[in-house]
Parts: sequence; structure tokens; C-alpha cells
Amino acid sequence: MRGTWLLMRRAVNEVIRVPGAAIPGIAAPTLFLLGLTAVFGKLTLLPGFSTNDFMAFILPVSVMQAATFSGAATGVNLARDIEQGWFDRLYVSPLSRTSLLAGHVFSASLRALMPIAVLIVVALLFGVDIQSVDGLLLAIAIAGAFAAAIACYSVILALRFRTQQAAPLMQAGGFMMVLFTTSYAPLELLSGWFQEVARYNPVRFILEGVRQMSVYGVDWGHTWKALVALAGLALFFGAFAMRGLMRAADA
Amino acid sequence: MTGGVGARLRPSPGLIANARVVGALSMRSLRQAFRRPQFLAPILIFPSLFLAVNVGGAGRATDIPAFPEVNGFLDFELAGAIVQSTMLAAVSGGIALALDIESGFMDRLIASPISRAAIVVGRLASTAVMGILAGIWFVSIGLIFGAEINGGVLGALLVIAMAAACAAAWGGFGAALALRSGTASVVQGIFPIVFVIIFLSSAFFPSNLLLEPAKSVSDWNPMSFIAEGIRDPIISDISATPVLEGIAAIAGLMALGAALSVWGLRKRLAG
Repeated sequence: MRGTWLLMRRAVNEVIRVPGAAIPGIAAPTLFLLGLTAVFGKLTLLPGFSTNDFMAFILPVSVMQAATFSGAATGVNLARDIEQGWFDRLYVSPLSRTSLLAGHVFSASLRALMPIAVLIVVALLFGVDIQSVDGLLLAIAIAGAFAAAIACYSVILALRFRTQQAAPLMQAGGFMMVLFTTSYAPLELLSGWFQEVARYNPVRFILEGVRQMSVYGVDWGHTWKALVALAGLALFFGAFAMRGLMRAADA
Repeated sequence: MTGGVGARLRPSPGLIANARVVGALSMRSLRQAFRRPQFLAPILIFPSLFLAVNVGGAGRATDIPAFPEVNGFLDFELAGAIVQSTMLAAVSGGIALALDIESGFMDRLIASPISRAAIVVGRLASTAVMGILAGIWFVSIGLIFGAEINGGVLGALLVIAMAAACAAAWGGFGAALALRSGTASVVQGIFPIVFVIIFLSSAFFPSNLLLEPAKSVSDWNPMSFIAEGIRDPIISDISATPVLEGIAAIAGLMALGAALSVWGLRKRLAG
């Protein structure tokens, strides 16, 4: 536990000591929140759209995007540690492999809190109605856990490619998982094959779970699906990340 | 007699030499782009994925009463994907130029007996070729997934030509930034600005359906005129006004980008 906590603190220290490094992770989701609202805001005119406030609908997408970038940053930092040899030192330390992985992926959850907080403040300034405090807290918890799942995904890539040049793959992979869902419109209003992809994409359930804060309000139907999808995703990526860590010893 | 009409029309040896340099540098830039997927992916893959998300996610937008008459939302979005791709090509070109400066390759070029302008023009020519590639790519994707090019073959060629010119025009800004800053990370930092310019234009959605202040900004944003110019041959027969407005916007940007590049090059040589 102590090893995990120290690794998490190290990741947070990086943000505190180099605040400029956190700017892209905050600016990009905020830009998309404002930009997509300005461009696609009139989609709410479509019959069957679940809200008349597009920013309230798209805010959870930006929150998930922020979580994705935080998760990807974990993989990029790990790749940097591998390039610089720091990871080798961690590897020969008496730290268990589970603590090593947990320290890295949970740091993503912590780091995601800052951009998520900024996004929520921006949304409030633009008049988005947050449904309830418990919905807001639940959304933050789900997004934080999603950041950890994406961190597992980016750890897999970092251990596989062992270079920071894999960063676009880490960022774009998670971002596309979020976008190929009900990101722009409710499922019934999506078109063709995209609707089928969104229907079976597990990230849709996680997104709908986060959307409880600004659109639906908290209900068990959305919550349990989000939690199951999260658990599945975390187990899937976590298992492969752990396997990668075990194999890294032989590399 | 050596000064006949034929001799006067024959290009000077200096011009031929410069054209060769531009060709060689442009080929080098293209090879770089194709050898490094991290340069190519933002130009083709990301805009394609955004195109898929926009069309799949917002495809029913054509049901909104004020939406212009189109065969489908994909037809409308193709122009947006093309301008996005050309802007990203320009940024990638700028990054590659900055990497040349960082690695010292630019200094070797400057020390060699070639025209300084040819160094920048070579880079812009390769960006224009990437624009052609983007145009062909998105027209092909559109046709494969059911879009119609109402302007026919001529319309498709016009779209590709405008994509090339648009890439070269924005390439001037990327080159200017690279020459002025000399670092790839600074050029890379303008990626978000690409999205700001596009979000504040009618590239992805009709201007009349944008929310304020994007709607007002889009009416003056040159990117709106370029997107409308590229879109026109796709969604209707070729009409003079949007196409000429698009060409004028590209020409204006190209002149400004070229002026900034010359200024950046002069500052670099002076520094």
C-alpha cells in the first residue's frame, strides 16, 4: 500500500512542480466542450433529444475526455521512465508488481480531478444545471475510475512500445472509445453502423453513468450498468497490463 | 543571333536549378512524412475518425428544418474533414521544418549554394501534395460510403485542387512559426488553435445553425469561405460565388502566410 501511495504522490508532484504540463489536459477538453456546443448545439431541436441544453449533454463527454487524457498521461510518463532507465530501478526494488501497477493507474484517477473540476466550473458558468450533488459525486467517481482503466490500457502500450512516441496511440485510442458512443446524441438518433457500434460499446454505459450528473439525475438503472462496464474494462485492461509488467522482467 | 523568341521563352538556368531544389526538398519532406506514421496519422486518420463520429453522431441534423438541402450529412461533412486535414498537414509540415532546424539540417541548407526561398517553397510544395492526398482520400471515402459529388469529375478535381492550395496556404503559417521559434514543441502547441479556427467556422455545421458567438465569428472566418468553396462542388453543381470566395480566401491566407514565412526566414538568418 505504501509503495502504491508513494508512486501516486510522485505523479501528483509532477503536476504540482510542472503546472504547465497539466495545461493541455485541461485546455483540450474545455475547448471541445465549448467548441462542440457551439457547432452542434442545435441538435437539441431534433425530436427525441433528451435535453434542450446541449452543453449539459456534452459535458460528460468532456469529463470522460479529461479522464482519458489523464490515463494516457500515465502511459506516456511510464514510457518516459522506461526510456530514462528509472523504471528499471523501480523494477528491481522490493515493490510488488501489483503495487507498481496500482501506483501508476490510481495516480491517473487523482490527476483527472483537476481538469474535471475545471470543466464543471466552466459548465456552471455557462449555465449548465447540475442535477444533484450525489449525481455530481457519482460522476466524478465514475470518471476517476475510467481514468484508471484507460491508464491500464496506456500502460499496456507503454510496456509494449517502450517509447513516448506511442503517445498519440494512447490518447487517440481512449478518446475514440468515448466518441464512438452516444457522445453527440441519444442512441435512437444515431445513424447506421455508428448506432450499432455505440449500442455495444461498453464505454457508452460509463458515459451514460456520468451523464446522470447533468441530464438524467441519479437512478440505479444507469448506475449499475456503468459500474459493470467499468469493472469489465478495468479487469480486461488491468489483466493485460499486469501480464505486460510480468513480461517486462524478461525484456 | 541568340536572342530569338524561343530563347526569350526558355526558362533561365537559375529558375531550373531552383525548381530542382524545390522538387528535391519536397520529395525529401514527403518521404519523411511517409516514413514516420506519427506525421501521417494526424493528417488522414484523425480527421477520418472525426468524420465518422460527426456523421454517425450528428447525421440526423439534416432533419432540422433550417438545414441546407443535401443528399446526406456525409456530403456536407466532407468539406469539414478536408479543411481539418489540410490544416493538420500544415502543422505537421511546420513540425517537420522545426525538427530540421533543431537537428541542424536547416543550417546546412542555408550554407549550401541554393536559394533561401527554395528551402521554404520546397516544404510548402510537399504540404500542398499532402493536401492533394487528403482531397483524394476524402473524396474516395465519401464515394465509398455513399456521398455524391454533384459537380461530377470536374467538381472532384476542383475539390482536390482547393485542398492542395488550402494546405499550402496554411503551410505558410506553420513554416513561419517553425522558422521564428525553431522548436517543434512550439509548433506542436498550435494543434488546439486548428480546432478553434474550425469550430468557429461553418466547416462542420451550417453557419445559420451555429450558436453565438461562433455564428457571428464564422461569418468573417476565412475558413468558412474555404469550407463553403470546397463544399459547393460536392453538394450542388459548381456555382461561381462560393468557389470564387473560397479561392479568394485561400489566396489571402497564402499571401499572408508567405509574407510571415519570409519574415521568419529573415529573422532566422539575421539571428
